Amino acid sequence: MKVSLFVTCLSEMFYQNVAKDVVEVLERLGCEVDFPRGQVCCGQPAYNSGYRKDAQKAAKQMISSLENSEHIVTPSGSCAAMFKEYSELLKDEPAWKGRAQAVADKTYEFTQFIVNVLKIEDVGAEYPARATYHTSCHMTRLLNEKEAPFKLLKNVKGLELIPLENSYDCCGFGGTFAVKMAPISEQMVDEKVRHIEDTAANVLIAADNGCMMNIKGRIDRKGKPIEVKHIAQILNTRVEGRI
Amino acid sequence: MAMKIGDKPFFDRVDDALEDNFMRNAMAEAQDGLRGRKLKATVEDEQIGDWEEWRSAGEEIRRHTLENLDYYLNQLSENFARQGGHVYFAETAEDATRYIQDVAKKKNAKKITKAKSMVTEEIGLNQALEEIGCDVYETDLAEYILQIDDHDRPSHIVVPSLHKNKEKIRDTFRDKANYTGTSEPCELTAFARSQLRETFLEADIGVTGCNFAVAESGTISLVTNEGNANMVTTFPKTQITVMGMERLVPTWEELDVMINLLSRSAVGQKITTYVTNLTPQLEEDSIDAPNEFHLVILDAGRSNALGTEFQSALHCIRCAACVNVCPVYRHIGGHAYGSIYQGPIGAVLSPILGGYEEYGELPYASSLCAACTEACPVKIPLHEHLIKHRENYVEKKGMTAEKMAMKTFGIGASSPALFKLAVKGMPAVLGPLVKDDSISSGPGPMKLWTSVREFPAPGKGNFRKWFDDHKKGRNQ
Ligand code: SF4
Repeated sequence: MKVSLFVTCLSEMFYQNVAKDVVEVLERLGCEVDFPRGQVCCGQPAYNSGYRKDAQKAAKQMISSLENSEHIVTPSGSCAAMFKEYSELLKDEPAWKGRAQAVADKTYEFTQFIVNVLKIEDVGAEYPARATYHTSCHMTRLLNEKEAPFKLLKNVKGLELIPLENSYDCCGFGGTFAVKMAPISEQMVDEKVRHIEDTAANVLIAADNGCMMNIKGRIDRKGKPIEVKHIAQILNTRVEGRI
Repeated sequence: MAMKIGDKPFFDRVDDALEDNFMRNAMAEAQDGLRGRKLKATVEDEQIGDWEEWRSAGEEIRRHTLENLDYYLNQLSENFARQGGHVYFAETAEDATRYIQDVAKKKNAKKITKAKSMVTEEIGLNQALEEIGCDVYETDLAEYILQIDDHDRPSHIVVPSLHKNKEKIRDTFRDKANYTGTSEPCELTAFARSQLRETFLEADIGVTGCNFAVAESGTISLVTNEGNANMVTTFPKTQITVMGMERLVPTWEELDVMINLLSRSAVGQKITTYVTNLTPQLEEDSIDAPNEFHLVILDAGRSNALGTEFQSALHCIRCAACVNVCPVYRHIGGHAYGSIYQGPIGAVLSPILGGYEEYGELPYASSLCAACTEACPVKIPLHEHLIKHRENYVEKKGMTAEKMAMKTFGIGASSPALFKLAVKGMPAVLGPLVKDDSISSGPGPMKLWTSVREFPAPGKGNFRKWFDDHKKGRNQ
């Protein structure tokens, strides 16, 4: 199956290891992965802050560079959900609206693609640890993908997954919200970290780099001994020596 | 008074709230309780079938009603008037209070009892009536508590005294009403009852809000639990009901659906203790009903949303399900919003009713997590409305540093070459700040980030290059 990777700007800038893991997992599962060079950021920072026109520019660039792909896969539920907004964002430009929808229709978040398109729930990974999972808001509510990560994690050998209290509460990232409303965001991420600590997990797993950046940032600031991993890093553990 | 709460700027209100640990614990506990009850009465209640279908039906009813608002309002007022009721359309809050003052003056009213009404809070009715010498008595327990506590303001649209626990209420009763009992809820309630009993009997006018008005029969429907609304609407000879102009349904069939959605979403009840339906049908000599019934239909900014992208905000049935799941409300409580409408719906509605000048910051008090949208029983896309507000807000503002940054973003994001350059340049820009693989204290907007948490160090490699090498390796 042919897959184009939409790596996301956060992965490209900060979490290149996650991006590599995504590529390797997909290839191991039989996909032929390419990387369309024209891709940029999905436009969410501008869109969510009310800068529609600037977001439209990003959207058009993304559509042009990815519309010839068969499947588009991204390691971020939030960025995948942003693609689903494109046709609304470009609703006044008939020439773009249809193209936007076509791109949205073939875009999948990484775990969603593995479970729903490749129809694989056991990728043969092994990761002995006590872990908990952070369900990100956009992936569960806007993309409506609530189950795929759990199906995959359930089959990871050695992984003990502890349910996270109030998992449905936002971690306080919200893009520019984290800086614009820093004092409120701080309380939100603190509560999230408290719940994570309560699970006594050594590892927090998530499927969105934005949330990870926020939660990990707070965990590290507080000096808590909890690792934060993208789910691709957990799933890419069959290859020896690669975590 | 009216819709606005407090005079402090937004961030000062937030700081006050964040320091109030008592209130925050109360909010978190209340939210967890209300959420759980709602889930049991909705998605988890097998008896009602598919909750999503109920939501869709609710959305459809509200959309249809609002799309034909003039027709149904006309029908409602005709049916109400035909049975002897008086209907008054108030364009502004002042129009509404003036009309009600006039009725009170004509009736020579001294005592006025009130039940179930956030909308009278919105128009500042108590104050207006007190100005002309009336004594106004709130009779919903929560409103009663706030009133005797020196007119404290509501912090939640369904449970206005949510920021107080039973101990606080006991103290208020002791200080303000010579209460000598304990903090037992039953005892506290019995005390409030005994205080209010006489007042019910003596009131000249009863004022209520309105959950739904049924257009086909000219009926006002009140969804309550305490029974006080029944006292307010039976003893006084004159009744005045104030309703937001959007709060109506075409027929009793839709009323049935809406009451299910409301009771289950608001308090997790299949049906509330009372659903009181009042039609004028006035008789001169009746002893258990008013013989004069006024219906004040309030615009007060609502028509600003009609025919705009915000129209669906008027679908709201004030169940507070969105408030009860909001993680921002959880930490800052109701008063920090500076409006009697708080939480996500407050952040959407307050700027519509009161303008951006006053409430422009509220749409930013959200991480756009969409918990509100998911919870709303009539499927209002609340988080999308918040984004729309932000769009309007930035458009109104002149050039700001943020706008510059976003323009730069737009240029960068539409040019792959520039984007690549930005990614490549990242380590050079951020590199000097990195210590132990992360950044603890950054300049500019990063400062706000690093005031709370570490910022990641930019990745060391170049993904695009890795990908090329990797591909080459695989193809060999
Ligand atoms: S917006 Fe929806 S969830 Fe919020 S109060 Fe209104 S009806 Fe209830």
